[in-house]
Amino acid sequence: MNNFSILIAGKAGDGIDKSSSVIGHILSQLGYRIYIYRDYPSVIRGGHTFSIVRCSPDKIATHLNTIDILLALNQDSIDLHKSRVNDKSLVIYDSTSVKSDRGIGIPIGAIIKELEALDLMRNSCIIGAMCKAIGIEKDTLEKVFRKDISKEIELNLKTAFRGFDDAKEFTKVEKLKHKILPVVTGSEAISLGLIKGGLKAYISYPMTPSSGILHYLAGIAEDFSLKVIHPENEIGVMLMALGFSYAGDRVAVGTSGGGFCLMTEGLSFSAMAELPVVILLGQRPGPSTGLPTYTCQSELNFALSAGHGEFTRFIAAPGDAEEAYYWSAMSMNLAWKYQVPAIILCDKTLNEGAYSFDEDLIREIKYQEPLLWGRVGEYKRYQNTENGISPLVFPSDKEAIIKVNSYEHDEFGVTTEDQNLTITMQDKRLRKSKYLLEELEQYETVKVYGKKDASTAILFWGSNKGPCVEVGEKLGLKVIQPIVFSPFPLKQFKEALKGVKKIICVENNATGQLADFVKFYGINVDKRILKYDGRPFSLDELEQKL
Amino acid sequence: MGNVNLATYAKNTWCPGCGNFAILNSIKAVLGVLIEEGFPKEKIVIVSGIGCHAKIADYINVNSFYSLHGRVVPVCEAIKLANPDLKVIGFAGDGDTYGEGLEHLIFAAKRNVDINIIIHNNRVYGLTTGQYTPTSPLGFKGRSTPKGTTEYPINPLELMLSSGASFISRGTSHGMELLKKIFKEAIMHKGFSLVDVLQVCVTYYNMYEYYDKRVYELEGHDPAEYNKALAKIREWDYNNDSKIALGVFYKKERPVFECAFKDKKIDADAKIKELLNDRA
Repeated sequence: MNNFSILIAGKAGDGIDKSSSVIGHILSQLGYRIYIYRDYPSVIRGGHTFSIVRCSPDKIATHLNTIDILLALNQDSIDLHKSRVNDKSLVIYDSTSVKSDRGIGIPIGAIIKELEALDLMRNSCIIGAMCKAIGIEKDTLEKVFRKDISKEIELNLKTAFRGFDDAKEFTKVEKLKHKILPVVTGSEAISLGLIKGGLKAYISYPMTPSSGILHYLAGIAEDFSLKVIHPENEIGVMLMALGFSYAGDRVAVGTSGGGFCLMTEGLSFSAMAELPVVILLGQRPGPSTGLPTYTCQSELNFALSAGHGEFTRFIAAPGDAEEAYYWSAMSMNLAWKYQVPAIILCDKTLNEGAYSFDEDLIREIKYQEPLLWGRVGEYKRYQNTENGISPLVFPSDKEAIIKVNSYEHDEFGVTTEDQNLTITMQDKRLRKSKYLLEELEQYETVKVYGKKDASTAILFWGSNKGPCVEVGEKLGLKVIQPIVFSPFPLKQFKEALKGVKKIICVENNATGQLADFVKFYGINVDKRILKYDGRPFSLDELEQKL
Repeated sequence: MGNVNLATYAKNTWCPGCGNFAILNSIKAVLGVLIEEGFPKEKIVIVSGIGCHAKIADYINVNSFYSLHGRVVPVCEAIKLANPDLKVIGFAGDGDTYGEGLEHLIFAAKRNVDINIIIHNNRVYGLTTGQYTPTSPLGFKGRSTPKGTTEYPINPLELMLSSGASFISRGTSHGMELLKKIFKEAIMHKGFSLVDVLQVCVTYYNMYEYYDKRVYELEGHDPAEYNKALAKIREWDYNNDSKIALGVFYKKERPVFECAFKDKKIDADAKIKELLNDRA
């Protein structure tokens, strides 16, 4: 067995999420490539929660509906996932509280009582049992536990070993000779990418699915001297970000659609005042509050058009952890180089999914200094230049007076209503788009996978990378992923489409926003496969729909 | 004073007789003195919102951030947190920051960020041509309330006191000497300071005579005493016709909000690698 999925389920608050990380790390030690899908309701305690840990010799970024190993901590875990298991699946369950007609029953409830362990340690017990059942050694289990669990480690280990001893070996997972890769969530990859891009301050109001970035950065703030602030609301978030930007600190904000609605006035201001800011827009199903803890891709149009007025913006939609890292760093560089707002479109699937992270797949990222003032003549914050980029300097520079303005302004930053100057300054800001697009030609803004000469192509964006690439490769289709949406690298996109006669567009939304987007450029999509139930495509589901 | 020229080339477009001139001239005088006393001019940043008051950003030749309506306070906070060496002074209107941006004001006071907020409180929307604001008195007839408002004003000073502001004061645009004194004290205060300036809009709500009859300067008042400050703050509720006290109502130093982590030299790349290795 070397390609399999483990599902662990229980009540919200049972520690399912943490357990799935531990399971992922254990399998990762055997050289597997991991992807973890997390499904949980918007409640603190109670409600059904589950995670699927998929393991494969190859890099993966999607889950399967078919489960090989089911770890059941309550009856729902058996009853609700019947359709996912088959005759060959192994079920491991807590026989103290769960009835199952097959599989390995471990009296976990009784063991917890006997060992005077905590209820939460039922997870450790079932993980121990799983290790035995699939032939993983105690040493590996212990190594990962010691790394991942900080509280009551000895009791946790004792409980896990007891589960291990009480179970029997059912099969043996192959040990692979691959390099062991770290397993990180999309949120962690984004966070580290931002730091790579020079992040100094992160401002955010909690909102799923972006809170993970806030929590992670707050936790490592001291290591990097980051200023991590949680203000009163998203309007405050955006305006604080612009204050940091003015003072010269590279800054990012994170939110979801509803919070981004509140940020849009500040977004427009960022463009007018040419104050760079990176925005992590974590999509979730709407309209309005929608399904807070589930996934979707319905903010492409919003990101493209948010904010009043016409202005240059950068938008990228990474598809997995490596791309999330790369484009978070790049967005920071580009936002500062062109002094524009940059939006990273992510979603619950990407942010909260966990991936084996392979640094070797990431192209080199160089920290780029923005254009700084050369100290010649009087400083003008909005000096009109050929490419529209004005040299920067920050307070407190002795020789410069730095005036930024939300009104239309002259080069010095003083308000104007002059007709000619209005045109000059608007042109200056819009002109940056052209130069930004030129620079983007150096980067991989559109990716192609699968059978490169196939006449049928799957077109997708963002977190659908996992299922689309894997299914495309399996079915011998071409697979095309535009990553940058503004300014849109049309030349690269048309290049990718060469030889394609039929386009199937796969999206997690109800209307097909990418399909409509490319139509604007005269490219017609033949078929739209849309899913908008809040859940991502699984590999088998997408294959069936194709 | 008088040796420091803080004027810009921007044409002043306030109405003749506008109370904003007193604020502009007072702050220029205070900043001029500070600069002459050795405070570096380049370390001053002023922030303004949107409204007549906000034009002050164009009129003073120092670093400035001409923000959005209601959004003076979060910008001030961020600039100060990004660079604690800066002296950050925010100018805001009453509609601007007691209305549109009130939440920010409350939180900045609560956090005690070391910034100074000056409210041009003319109790009317000037630039949008005469509507009621959060501090207009009951029955105020504005263009959006032609029959008069049916709501009482808020007392912003009482609100600030209960929000944790560590410096609360009031001046008027008809009394530059006192205004200069208050501005200087507010700017030098370590922590969040608020100056509510009863600034007269000659065009839409001319209160010069009304204020002149009622204002008096606080004397023998101990601003460190919360209860005494509260009593003095409650004397005039922005609605009744009582006497109106001017000066510093409350002043108490307490720890200021700052980002706890001092800048240190770090090898970010190495630390990123270390964090990733922890996940392997």
